[in-house]
Amino acid sequence: MTDHAKDARMEGQGLDVAVEARLDQFALAAKFKAGPGLTALFGQSGAGKTTVLKMIAGLVRPDAGRIAVMGRVLFDAAKGIDIAPADRRVGMVFQDARLFPHMSVLRNLTYGRWAGKRSATTDIGRITQMLGIDGLLERYPRTLSGGEKQRVAIGRALLADPALLLMDEPLASLDQQRKREILPYLEEVRDEIGLPIVYVSHEVDEVARLADTLVLMADGGVLGAGNAVEMFSRLEFGPALGRHEASSLLTGTMARYLPEYGLCEIALGEGCLLYIVNERLAVGDRLRMRVKARDVALSLSMPKDVSVRNILPATIHDLALDDSPFVEILLQVSGQMLRARITRYAFDALKLGIGQPVFAMIKSVAIGQRMLSGKL
Amino acid sequence: MTGNDVIDIIFLSLKIAATAMVFSIPIAFIVAWLLARHEFAGKSLVQALITLPLVMPPVVTGYMLLVLFGRNGYLGGLFHTLGIQFAFHWTGAALAAAIMAFPLLVRPMRLSIEALDRGLEEAASTLGAKRLTRFVTITLPLVLPGVLAGAVLGFAKALGEFGATITFVSNIPGETQTLSLAIYSLLQSPSGDRTVMLMIAVSAFLAIGSVLVSEWIGRRMGKWTRQ
Repeated sequence: MTDHAKDARMEGQGLDVAVEARLDQFALAAKFKAGPGLTALFGQSGAGKTTVLKMIAGLVRPDAGRIAVMGRVLFDAAKGIDIAPADRRVGMVFQDARLFPHMSVLRNLTYGRWAGKRSATTDIGRITQMLGIDGLLERYPRTLSGGEKQRVAIGRALLADPALLLMDEPLASLDQQRKREILPYLEEVRDEIGLPIVYVSHEVDEVARLADTLVLMADGGVLGAGNAVEMFSRLEFGPALGRHEASSLLTGTMARYLPEYGLCEIALGEGCLLYIVNERLAVGDRLRMRVKARDVALSLSMPKDVSVRNILPATIHDLALDDSPFVEILLQVSGQMLRARITRYAFDALKLGIGQPVFAMIKSVAIGQRMLSGKL
Repeated sequence: MTGNDVIDIIFLSLKIAATAMVFSIPIAFIVAWLLARHEFAGKSLVQALITLPLVMPPVVTGYMLLVLFGRNGYLGGLFHTLGIQFAFHWTGAALAAAIMAFPLLVRPMRLSIEALDRGLEEAASTLGAKRLTRFVTITLPLVLPGVLAGAVLGFAKALGEFGATITFVSNIPGETQTLSLAIYSLLQSPSGDRTVMLMIAVSAFLAIGSVLVSEWIGRRMGKWTRQ
């Protein structure tokens, strides 16, 4: 699909936000468009992410601007349109779940139907099964674990027949174990329900794994917005995405399984292979891998006697050189972008420059299971 | 005094206390709501006024009621034209009980309204629930423990009210003589009466029972409304 066609599709199907507000602490001015799929609002705490989400839900009113979802105007200051939250059909999953404590899980799940008069287009059985909460229906929220609460909250929002789903750091209050438990469910929701999702997070990991579109926010404004893979490869967003966490997203297809080594061979493109460990993959599965820039090493010649098996022929596409001890390098690998961070010392020793062919080395363990996202 | 007399007195006391509650609970809830959720001019004055019966000598409160609601009082005349008489009438005893119990009603109600996580109402609104539905399905059930705890405590207070009642509506057997006033009368008479012990026991039982029920409601309902 060309970029123009993509833009045209975004108009009718996606989310169009342009809001301004003066709040107690800061001024907010956010403008972005997002297509179908999952849009991540990413930024430090206090960047205004949650406020934007609440504006889309109708819980905070902007001073000026316009909000439209799938071509339907929810708010337009100039035209005096401000649809009440109850009539927006915008589902919201809050950071703290906000389950109704005096109702059973089932009553919570169906609240949108019996109290909100929303139509029952989604099958309860399917949603509860997908979220793994079908055994909890009789329980009360106080008896649920944090992860279970969040899954019920997601189910409750989905069953209220929303046109858009908002998620405000749904994993923030959970420990690593619980996060890992919920992420696959979020991927299910994204891929199976086909609902546009706006997801607020300050965790690069989550964003890298889930986002189709990435909106980078800082100090009440939008630094940049666009396709997540492209956004990750743009060096100027390095600081915003976290120096330490800087990484790139690679897309590949499972080509074959090497049973004697327990490795999967992933094809990134023509003759460009990666080896990773993942027991759940089947041949033909498409997946997204996140590789941290600091886990990529460079060589001028094809290295022969090193333990690293992931050696990818690459071309230096761009680089960011300053006074810091590190140099950020953007590599082109089989049509995809790969970031590398090497020391300035190594950079000078190898005499690297834009357009130069190199070999990128990634240790298989650095593309661990945890960084793998679901099927694309 | 016969056993039947004692039963009549208990029933009169219950009637007066119940009437006081029926009228004051809704008003107390509205006042508690305003105090918990809204800022308005004179808010602290309203708070002080509500607390007043708790600290003022009951006899003074009773006298002020007499001045205001007596047949020639400022409000008494108004109510008289509406066919409602307070002075030296059981309705007056209910009014005195309601005023004296009011602070006990408002406080727990206010606390439970303040304690309610407003995020739950927000969540309900994103699920399509409109204002009235939200109030009935979320707000009311969650503040109910506070309302009930306040109501039981207020009822007990109304049942035992003495000072303001005797000042305002006097101690008329069959009309305004509640349990407390009857006990007082019997203790005054030199001969004494064995039934007074029964009435004291009933009084104490009702009071202790109310406090226990109120505590139980708080604990019991707090459990299923906690997140």
